[in-house]
Amino acid sequence: MTKDIKIAETPPGHTGEGFFATSLDKVVGLARANSIWPLPFATSCCGIEFMATMGSNYDLARFGSERMSFSPRQADLLLVAGTIAKKMGPILKQVYLQMAEPRWVLSIGACASSGGIFDTYSVLQGIDRVIPVDVYVPGCPPRPEQIIDGIMKIQELVKNEPLRRRNSPEYKALLHSYGIQ
Amino acid sequence: MAEVTNEFLLDRLHQQFGDKILTTEVPYGIVTLVIDPSAVLDILTWLHKDKLLKFQFLTDICGSHHPDIKNGELSVIYHVQSMENNIRLRLKAFIPIDKPDIPSASSLYSAANWMERETYDFYGINFTGHPNMTRILNVEEMDYFPLRKEYPLEDGTREDKEDKYFGR
Repeated sequence: MTKDIKIAETPPGHTGEGFFATSLDKVVGLARANSIWPLPFATSCCGIEFMATMGSNYDLARFGSERMSFSPRQADLLLVAGTIAKKMGPILKQVYLQMAEPRWVLSIGACASSGGIFDTYSVLQGIDRVIPVDVYVPGCPPRPEQIIDGIMKIQELVKNEPLRRRNSPEYKALLHSYGIQ
Repeated sequence: MAEVTNEFLLDRLHQQFGDKILTTEVPYGIVTLVIDPSAVLDILTWLHKDKLLKFQFLTDICGSHHPDIKNGELSVIYHVQSMENNIRLRLKAFIPIDKPDIPSASSLYSAANWMERETYDFYGINFTGHPNMTRILNVEEMDYFPLRKEYPLEDGTREDKEDKYFGR
């Protein structure tokens, strides 16, 4: 049984008699990437696919995302699954603002990414009009495999993110472009 | 007690409001009247208070836009029902788009409050005497009335919304 248990790969570093040396970035990235707490913001059919992703068949828990955080304060990753009406836009932004740094956003499905088939006066044409998005998952709705692929792409980003990225002028300029201080 | 039929209802209405009723139809068994917009509240009140008719349930208020009808571009449609007599009635009132005012029925039916706000939200029909004539469904900042026929249909040649981009 023990051979079936998979553990995270050791980051590149130097091994010697009784020690292992690597950079702090890599260790922090490894820890963060394998314990992402997602906040599901599910509004429609993509949310149903996301529920299947969380269920035992696809089991997102295998990626360290066992615990859904229904409070934005403890969440690392905002999962936006479904159509966001213009009236919902400010609420979505408020939820994003309540999350602590570092935070990531996964846009699941055509509606969250671009408005999808709802090319109309009442629907936000993509959540990237109100908050920055890290990974887009296409599909209408996407299958759980695609959502898992999106989460794994997020894990790659988390793993390789420099510790000081959130303090960088580029990141601040990005947030500023969304009117976030 | 006399049974309230469509014929009986029409008779009573014409006796009472003959000059305010512009046309009469009975499509699919529902009496449909086009009425003078200024008389809407009088007719509804009379239908509601009448001892025999008792049209006390307001099913719906909605609007529509007819750009080709001069000075009657917007219309308000009332559906009322008499539960006791199991009979329905439809009233239509046409009003000009330049002055889209019509008396509010919210003093008569509490249900009219939100229905009139919705009609205002989508068609810009101003129900005078309404306690809170504001948008109900759309974002407050919206500066147009989305269901008016004032907007071109989507350009059929645009390429940024094709099925292939959505995994369909």
